[in-house]
Amino acid sequence: MTDMKKFGTGILDELKNASIDASKCMQCGVCSASCPSGRHTTLNIRKLVRIAGKTNDILSNEELWMCTTCYNCQERCPRNINIVDILLDIRAISVHQGFIHPEHRVVCEMLLEYGHAVPINEKNRKERVNLGLEELPETVHKYEDGLEEVKTLLASCGFGKLIKHTESRVTEDKT
Amino acid sequence: MKGLSLFLGCLVPNRYPGIELATKLCLAKLDIDCTDLAGASCCPAPGVFRSFDRTTWLTLASRNIELSEKMERDMLTICNGCFSTLADANHSIKEDDFAKKEVNEHLKKIGKEVKGNIDVRHIIEFLYEEYGPEKIASYVERQLDIRVAVHYGCHLIKPTKDRGLGNFERPTFFDELVTALGATSIEYPDKMACCGAGGGVRASMKEKSLEMTEAKLSRIKEAEVDCIVNSCPFCHMQLGEGQSEIKEQMEIEYDIPVLHYTQLLGLALGFTAEMLGIDTNIEKNRKFMDLLDAEIES
Ligand code: SF4
Ligand code: SF4
Repeated sequence: MTDMKKFGTGILDELKNASIDASKCMQCGVCSASCPSGRHTTLNIRKLVRIAGKTNDILSNEELWMCTTCYNCQERCPRNINIVDILLDIRAISVHQGFIHPEHRVVCEMLLEYGHAVPINEKNRKERVNLGLEELPETVHKYEDGLEEVKTLLASCGFGKLIKHTESRVTEDKT
Repeated sequence: MKGLSLFLGCLVPNRYPGIELATKLCLAKLDIDCTDLAGASCCPAPGVFRSFDRTTWLTLASRNIELSEKMERDMLTICNGCFSTLADANHSIKEDDFAKKEVNEHLKKIGKEVKGNIDVRHIIEFLYEEYGPEKIASYVERQLDIRVAVHYGCHLIKPTKDRGLGNFERPTFFDELVTALGATSIEYPDKMACCGAGGGVRASMKEKSLEMTEAKLSRIKEAEVDCIVNSCPFCHMQLGEGQSEIKEQMEIEYDIPVLHYTQLLGLALGFTAEMLGIDTNIEKNRKFMDLLDAEIES
């Protein structure tokens, strides 16, 4: 179980700040009724809004990562709560505490190395040539100085450090 | 109106180069002033990167935007995900001085400064707003008498407060661009539902994401359409490749061709399947092309 000591005291304040808007919630359930993910996963967005900013436990909650960010809940919320923005902010706090899915870490490593989340591969180099396009697109794949700029910015923002040196914690599906 | 720079993103040039070519062919044929945006990177993708670190996300997006600012051109995206990131980031730069200042501190290290003086466009809303269905129809060389399931995807129109393209429950602008090509846009239940891929869900919970996709595909199949048309390579992948993955995972078979709008438009403008990266070695695509050819002959 998660507790204060494990995360340090500042984290709950961060969560509270990210969740100010959630205090307007009247628990009507319009959000969860509109949620495509909730039909297939354990995600209960109404419940997440209820506990947002109230407990550190949310950091390890697997449900944070079941949201496709479709924005249905936010669009329909009668209290106009920016539900997805809150969720994304909480995700970020959770990531900075080490809750990173291995698959997401791989996507981040791609960005760090190639400047693309989905870099080119052999098959598509050939496919490009077959189509009469240049083998490499007009992106950082072709422009090395551009890739260097991207790497400088990623370092400047501390992204590599976040991905490579954050100790992994595992999220829990509590249902 | 400014000219445009074409922002490619990752999936289009690196997985669906046919969509890149289709886009370039269509833009040239429609006489739209659009040039390559040399040296751009990942937008970066909203699902994972924005979830991970907002500053990193905003800074890399701003570098891409700055490249287009230097060219004094608005940016054209062909992906809902890129549109989401770049339009939202551009909005932050224009409206939030604090965020802009923070980003420019980072950009200074590579000798750049983002100004916030261009717009970010998505090809669907661009064609609708600047050309309109009637003008598009006037360019059509080949009427496509087919039944189409239009898939808007989420981030083309939501959040509506930022996109400004009207209500998300029953939009029509994309459908109008499809009917302009001679096709019929078929209404189907859950038309506005998510493909299931976004938010990092496809990457980390593939089975669950495919269950969402299957739910949508089953509705589309009931509507008896000839193809699905989308505006986003990520939806394109989920609804297209997803069909084979669903077959493996759930033993449910779908064989619905999936096209990006630029590919459908390209067919209507007279380009061949091969030029548009529609692989006719795949049976469902061959059948789809046979259907179009049969109509021409009849
Ligand atoms: S729709 Fe809005 S007010 Fe209703 S439960 Fe969800 S977040 Fe709360
Ligand atoms: S944005 Fe996320 S939580 Fe909200 S309805 Fe869509 S999938 Fe559900």
